[in-house]
Amino acid sequence: MAGKAEARAEAARLMQAFLDAGARAVEADILQPAETLLDLYGEDIRARAYVTNDPLRGEMMLRPDFTVPVVQMHMAGGAEPARYCYAGEVFRKQERPSARAVEYLQVGYEVFDRDDPVAADAEVFSLFDRLLSPLGLRAITGDIAILTAAVRGLDTIDSRKRALLRHVWRPRRFTRLLERFGGLQPQPESRQRLIANLRAGRMPEAAAPLIGLRSRVEIEARLAALVEDAEAPPIPAQQVAQIEALLNLSGKAGAALDRLREMAAEMPAIRAATDRLAQRLDALAGRGINVDALDFEASHGRSTMEYYDGFVFAFHAPNPDLPPVASGGRYDALTAVLGQGRSIPAVGGVIRPGLVADLKGAQPC
Amino acid sequence: MLKLGVPSKGRLMEKTFDWFGQRGVRLHKAGSEREYAARVEGIEGLSLVLLSAGEIPRELAAGRIHLGVTGSDLVREKLADWPAQVRELVPMGFGHADLVIAVPAAWIDVDTLDDLDAVAAAFRATHGHRLRIATKYHRLVREFLRENGVADYQLVDSQGATEGTVKNLTAEAIADITSTGETLRANHLKILADGLVHASQATLFMSRNARFGDDETRTLSVLARRLGLDEVRP
Repeated sequence: MAGKAEARAEAARLMQAFLDAGARAVEADILQPAETLLDLYGEDIRARAYVTNDPLRGEMMLRPDFTVPVVQMHMAGGAEPARYCYAGEVFRKQERPSARAVEYLQVGYEVFDRDDPVAADAEVFSLFDRLLSPLGLRAITGDIAILTAAVRGLDTIDSRKRALLRHVWRPRRFTRLLERFGGLQPQPESRQRLIANLRAGRMPEAAAPLIGLRSRVEIEARLAALVEDAEAPPIPAQQVAQIEALLNLSGKAGAALDRLREMAAEMPAIRAATDRLAQRLDALAGRGINVDALDFEASHGRSTMEYYDGFVFAFHAPNPDLPPVASGGRYDALTAVLGQGRSIPAVGGVIRPGLVADLKGAQPC
Repeated sequence: MLKLGVPSKGRLMEKTFDWFGQRGVRLHKAGSEREYAARVEGIEGLSLVLLSAGEIPRELAAGRIHLGVTGSDLVREKLADWPAQVRELVPMGFGHADLVIAVPAAWIDVDTLDDLDAVAAAFRATHGHRLRIATKYHRLVREFLRENGVADYQLVDSQGATEGTVKNLTAEAIADITSTGETLRANHLKILADGLVHASQATLFMSRNARFGDDETRTLSVLARRLGLDEVRP
């Protein structure tokens, strides 16, 4: 195991490489307001980030990553286009006994560029690939935008599409909703009874007076949505199967692209996203990446806490117990959430210099 | 000495004393009614430690007591990765209480966690903040909702009178302990059909972190036989 000094030296080397690539070095506070992170990631982040208390500022978190503060800094008035790099500790709570570090260095590189997102994807990935190539890592790529395009293209009502898009990052919930909307899972009996009453023009009587902030108007709006849902035909079985096939798609990038093109013949909604994948693979090849050897998994990036909504990637060591040595992706939507009305296409990633130093140390000289 | 932690007051203490007494291990409070000291009859090498039920999980995890009686909900709430820290020896059949998620009874559109999740999304869009659930069982509720894929909620801490938080506009829903549901009904709340987070009861736990010497191991084995438990080893 490399010590902190080796990790720091490796971090400095990676930082220099990012500076050489044209990035500007930025800093972020270790103590971040908890509210922003909670609003973004939900309560689950409490199980993964250290929460502490400031007597005046309230709940604070030891930064679990740099992405959020760096995006906030850029959205508050960064020039465009921009390339940033940073290095520092991040903190990740472990709720189970684990060999994983709870405090480690991250070195990151982020690109904010409207002009050519595909080129920016390829720039970030090929830079990481070049820096990590001596370590013999396995790279996995994916593209969340293909999945979301497929959902948007479903033959069904908007409320179902919104529910599915909201749960793209919660795979089990997503599958359950898809089965429910596809008519493969029956509605609970209480819902069936409620719908029967509403259809017969009988408003169910509440067992108690209404209390709380949620108003009668909101309840009635939801009842109307439930009736709309009950009246909408199920998502066609063929389309449910197409989504499931898409989720299970994995293979070498070239073969995956061929398969996606076949799928796009029946799912025109994914055509544009598939074309973008093809352009990205061309851009990667143009930067010297051997795309024939590159792994592609359509579901990659769905179960992480990140906010990725396009290209995603990770570099793994052969030892499956180790966390990814590097990971990253595109997070256009995050810039909109943190940008208060403004947004910009953004892509980036982080490397764990401590793991890089470990792997270098383990290699025969 | 094999140290057994038991709740220091109230019905939980009395029921614990009864449970052990029925199995030939007599636990007594020593001295005056108000003094927190106790003794054991009917078994050698066992000492009694009177503690607040809420502190027993922590004492077990720290290994300062070998055995302890407390609610199974408290162990799950207070200890991260509880099965690695304590072992459940025997549920004792009293102190039953359910940790449940409850919403206003007037929410005729909500019956299940699926409904709660959908309402949370709409609520956040309308009100600009996440749907608040008042509770003191943060870990149990968070893990339960994550397991069930509920999003866009926020846990707000409530250490008492939790059933009143919805009426007071400090929460939209609650997660709390109930045995009969009477208090929930009186406060115009209803339990979600699939909203049972944990069915709790008083349980005898053994610490995985306490030091068991020869004496403690011997006493444990005598006690286990007396309690009708299968061979128990530290």
